[in-house]
Amino acid sequence: MTGNKLLKSVAFYALVVVIVLFSIFPFYYAIVTSFATGTALFEANYFPKAFDWANYKAVLGGATFPRNILNSVFVATTTVVLALFLAVTASYALARVRFRGRGLLLMTILAVSMFPQIAVLAGLFELITYLGLFNSPFALILSYTIFTLPFTVWVLTTFMRDLPVEIEEAAIVDGATPWIIITKVFLPLLWPALVTTGLLAFIGAWNEFLFALTFTSSEVTRTVPVAIALLSGASQQEIPWGPIMAASVIVTVPLIILVLIFQRKIVAGLTAGGVKG
Amino acid sequence: MTASKTAIGRESGLSLQKQRQKAAFWFLAPMLIALFCVAAWPLLRTVWFSLTDTSLNNLYGGKWIGFDNYLRVQTLSNGTVRYKGTLVDPAWWNAVWNTVRFSVASVVCETILGLIVALVLNAEFKGRGFVRAAILIPWAIPTIVSAKMWAWMLNDQYGILNDMALNLGLISSKIAWTANSDTAMYAVLMVDIWKTTPFMALLCLAGLQMVPRDIYEAAKIDGINPVKVFFKITLPLIRPALMVAVIFRMLDALRIFDLIYVLTPNSASTKTMSVISRENLIEFDKFAYGSAQSTLLFAILAIFVSLYIWLGKVDLSGEGGK
Repeated sequence: MTGNKLLKSVAFYALVVVIVLFSIFPFYYAIVTSFATGTALFEANYFPKAFDWANYKAVLGGATFPRNILNSVFVATTTVVLALFLAVTASYALARVRFRGRGLLLMTILAVSMFPQIAVLAGLFELITYLGLFNSPFALILSYTIFTLPFTVWVLTTFMRDLPVEIEEAAIVDGATPWIIITKVFLPLLWPALVTTGLLAFIGAWNEFLFALTFTSSEVTRTVPVAIALLSGASQQEIPWGPIMAASVIVTVPLIILVLIFQRKIVAGLTAGGVKG
Repeated sequence: MTASKTAIGRESGLSLQKQRQKAAFWFLAPMLIALFCVAAWPLLRTVWFSLTDTSLNNLYGGKWIGFDNYLRVQTLSNGTVRYKGTLVDPAWWNAVWNTVRFSVASVVCETILGLIVALVLNAEFKGRGFVRAAILIPWAIPTIVSAKMWAWMLNDQYGILNDMALNLGLISSKIAWTANSDTAMYAVLMVDIWKTTPFMALLCLAGLQMVPRDIYEAAKIDGINPVKVFFKITLPLIRPALMVAVIFRMLDALRIFDLIYVLTPNSASTKTMSVISRENLIEFDKFAYGSAQSTLLFAILAIFVSLYIWLGKVDLSGEGGK
């Protein structure tokens, strides 16, 4: 009986170890590789042999990569701020005011967030060239709205729906207009939700590839994912794995730190709407 | 909630309700205008382009050619009939097949693995917080970065996965995972499953946590086999959450672009609908033809979602019949 129990818990912990190893090994190996240079790069080393910062120096000292990071930061931040700004009032209307067609509108917004981005690529390409935004960060800010805005509206609506109705009733009795209710009553309560939603939208914008690849054409306007994807060595055959891994680690570490700090909130944000019904 | 809301309306009269609806309109307007500009209008333009012969360098010089980009029947002077267009293009149907087989395989694997991880995380054990943090890491890594990381691990000569498999005796010689057309799809699937299982696991876990614990206690007292408990109690209870998670992942998988573009560039055995559409749109100067393909992708997804929601009776709105 006890032997059976022991076996069970050993099997359980073995499964846990497999899950953890499977999750973190690829990133761990990228870190190991990013510190390897020369011939050490071409041996399968499970543990770091030396800590050589040469790859990091090569990437950060390069002509364009620091610029690519700035592009990504600017594009993702602006997109998120714009989306949150538009989404707060919209989600108040969707969560708190009864009007005809509300359910349909919500479904439409959800449908847009699930859009295959390739379906709007041709039309967006036309719009962006028409506005003269091609190869500028604003092309990306405009196009990223297609996924950040519906997402923020959707998640904020589910958060806003859960706020107690008594607070709003009290404010209405005091004569507050909907605008006052949003800015003075709900916004202070919504800060955690805004941080979560903003962070998730930021990650989405930071990681986006298709639009960034299509709407930028020079090295200095690229965002980080495109820069990493197109990073090439001195010759065609020679893929610079060391610098690629260093660049990967540089752009991923801040994300992982943010995600680990906010992990509870992120889980709540990801599952909002999905399972609350 | 609904009851008290209508109570407000009744107490303060109709004017308040009217005032709120008016405010709601102005609150929604900026968002709707923004969404129209970046979603509805470009989509309509894409559909329009697909019915013309527009080229990338001359966006406004296209002429209406009807459905010729989709299917065009030509009768030659000697009487033979020729079909042209996307619908008879073998490359397109290859991409459709790749997309479908990738999506089904990855979503099935992710759902099963996600459920297993969620069941583990739902149990109480030491270090649970650490495991949950660990599984978030693949989710947080940008897709391009994970594609590059795995491309390096799957490298034919220096890749660590070949090294591991050789040492374990699983393979007898090194495999060019991403370059070989037989294994390229497995490579893509491996990376996608690694990257998106956490998302599945978190959604499943949220569903599992809503199952009341005393159900398990009762089942335990009655001495019911845990496997039976899972299939007869747990699974039916988390089915709604699971259905929603599956449709979200399915839609994501059906439009996949970045992973395949970076991990297995130019490989016919992994090229999906999104990849082939963009290739025609931007790289091959067949703008209208690519538009037709992306319109078809949109249509396929729309039909799939409608069928899924209709047949599966999925409630996505989160309002749950309120």
